[in-house]
Amino acid sequence: MTMTPVRPDVALPPLASVYRTRGSVELKEFFRQRESVVFTLLFPVILLVVFGAVLDYDIGGGVTFTQYFMAGIVAAGILGASLQNMAISIATERSDGTLKSLAGTPMPKSAYFIGKIVQVLAVTLLIIAILLAVGVLAYGIDLPSGSDWFTFAWVAALGSASCTLLGIAVSSLAKNGRSASAMVTPIALVLQFISGVFFQFSQVPVWMQTVASFFPLKWMAQGLRSVFLPDALASAEPAGSWELGRVALVLALWCLAGLALCVATFRWQDRGTD
Amino acid sequence: MVAAVPSAGDALDTSAAISIRGLVKRYGDFVAVDGLDLDIRRGEIFALLGPNGAGKTTTVEICEGYRKRDAGEVRVLGEDPADGARRWKAQLGIVLQSGAGDSQLTCRELLRAQASYFSDPRDPDEVLQLVGLTEKANVRGRALSGGQRRRLDVALGIVGRPTLLFLDEPTTGFDPEARRQFWSLIRSLRELGTTMLLTTHYLDEAEALADRVGVIAHGRLMEVAVPSSLGGRETAPAVVSWTEDGVRRSADTATPTAFVRELAARFPGEVPDLAVARPTLEDVYLRMIGEPA
Repeated sequence: MTMTPVRPDVALPPLASVYRTRGSVELKEFFRQRESVVFTLLFPVILLVVFGAVLDYDIGGGVTFTQYFMAGIVAAGILGASLQNMAISIATERSDGTLKSLAGTPMPKSAYFIGKIVQVLAVTLLIIAILLAVGVLAYGIDLPSGSDWFTFAWVAALGSASCTLLGIAVSSLAKNGRSASAMVTPIALVLQFISGVFFQFSQVPVWMQTVASFFPLKWMAQGLRSVFLPDALASAEPAGSWELGRVALVLALWCLAGLALCVATFRWQDRGTD
Repeated sequence: MVAAVPSAGDALDTSAAISIRGLVKRYGDFVAVDGLDLDIRRGEIFALLGPNGAGKTTTVEICEGYRKRDAGEVRVLGEDPADGARRWKAQLGIVLQSGAGDSQLTCRELLRAQASYFSDPRDPDEVLQLVGLTEKANVRGRALSGGQRRRLDVALGIVGRPTLLFLDEPTTGFDPEARRQFWSLIRSLRELGTTMLLTTHYLDEAEALADRVGVIAHGRLMEVAVPSSLGGRETAPAVVSWTEDGVRRSADTATPTAFVRELAARFPGEVPDLAVARPTLEDVYLRMIGEPA
C-alpha cells in the first residue's frame, strides 16, 4: 500500500505563536478559577499567618520557628503549585474532554506542556513572592543573602520541575479531577508532615525521615532550610550538614523518573477509548 | 438515483474525502465495527444513522485518528488517520460527541485560541455569529447552557476552516428551534464546499441535511442511499386502507391509483376512512435496524 504524502500546501502557524496562546490560556484557566486560587495560592499564606502567630518560639541559636517554617511553607507552596495543581487540573481536563479535543487539532502537543510550565512558573513565583512579603512584613523574617539566593533559585527550579513532571504522571492514575484531588491531597499532606514542613525535621521519628527521603519534598525543604536558616543550624540536620549536593542529585533523579513516567503514561483521552 | 456502494474487494478511493474498506474494531469479545466499507465523496454531507451502540462513534473516531482499528484500511483526505500528521489535522474540523470540555475562558477567547492552531482560520467573531452566540461572546464556556455549549463545540469545529467536518451527534439536547437553526448553519457550510460526516439518531435530521444516508446497525452498514430511496422507500408498495362492512381493511399495492379507482367503483359514494400511505423513513429504518430474523 503506497502512502499519499501529506499535502505540502497545508500551512501551520509558527510554534512561538501557539506557545504564546497556550501560555495565556493556562494563566486564565488558573487565575479565573476560585478554587485553584484559594487552595494553591492562598492556603500556604494562611498557614504562614496562622503558624507565625501561634508558634512563635525559639528553635535555638536565636532563630524563631517562623524563620524555620518559611523554608517549609515555601517548599509546600511549590509542591501545591506543581504536583497538586498538575495532577488535579490535567485529570480534570482529561475527563471532561478538553485534552481529547486538543488532540484533534493541529496544535503541536508540546504547546500543551509549554502552557502548563508557564502556569506553574507564574503561580510558583507568585506564591514565593507573597510568602516572602508576608514573612518579612508580618513576622520579621530574615531574607536570604548573597549566594543563598542562588541556592534558593536552583532548589526551587529543580523541585518545581520534578514535582510538575510527577504531577503530570500522577494525573493519569485518576479518573477525574475529583479523584485526583482525593488521591493527591492526603499524600501531599502526609509528605508535608514527615518532610519537616510543619515540625522541625529533627523531631520527626527516624523511620518517617527515611520514608520522607524517598520523595522530593524532603529534599526541597532541606535545600530551602539552607537558604533561610543560619549555617549553625546545619548540625541539626540528620547528616549534620545541608547536603546540597545530595539535594541536587535526588531532585534531578526525580526529574528523570518523572519524565520517564510522563512519557510512558500520558494519555490524551480516557482509558479504554482508543 | 442509487448511490454507488463499495464492497470489501474494491480498492481504496484516495480521491474521496473518506474511504473505508473492511473496517473492523473489537473491544474484547464485542465487535463494534464488523467489516464496514464506505466512500464519502468530497463536498457531500453524509449522515450515519443508527441506534446507540451501532458503531457510529467508533467508526467516526477511527476516521478522526482517535481510535486504532483492528483490521481494514481507512483513508481520510487521502491519508491514514492512524498517522495523525499535524498538516492532516489542519484540514479537519472535529465536533466530538463528548464536547470540547469545561473552560474558564469566554467563548471569544476559546475561539481565538482554537483559531491560533490553524494558519488560515475563520474570524472568531464571524463564527460566533454563524452559530448564534454573538451575545455570549464574553460569557465563559462553563456558564453556557447545554444547547449553547453544543453550538460552541460546532463553532470550535469550524473556526479552522476545515475541508472535512466531523459532527458526532451535534444536536443532541437541542430544542426544535435550535435544531432548525443548526440545520441552516450546516446548509450554509455545505455551500462553502465543506464535506461533512454527521452521525445522528434523528431521522428527520438525516433526511433534512444529508445527500446520502448510511444506516448502521451491529457494526455493519445495512444500506447507503439518498434519503428518499432508503430501504426502497420510493418503490415500496403503498398501503391502502379503508372500512368495509364495519371492518378496517388494508391492502399492499404497487399501483395504488388503480387500486383506489377499483375501490371507488365498489362504493356508491366516498370510500369510508380511505387512506393511502407509503412507508416513512422511520418505518424503513426500524425495519433495517431490527434484529435479523
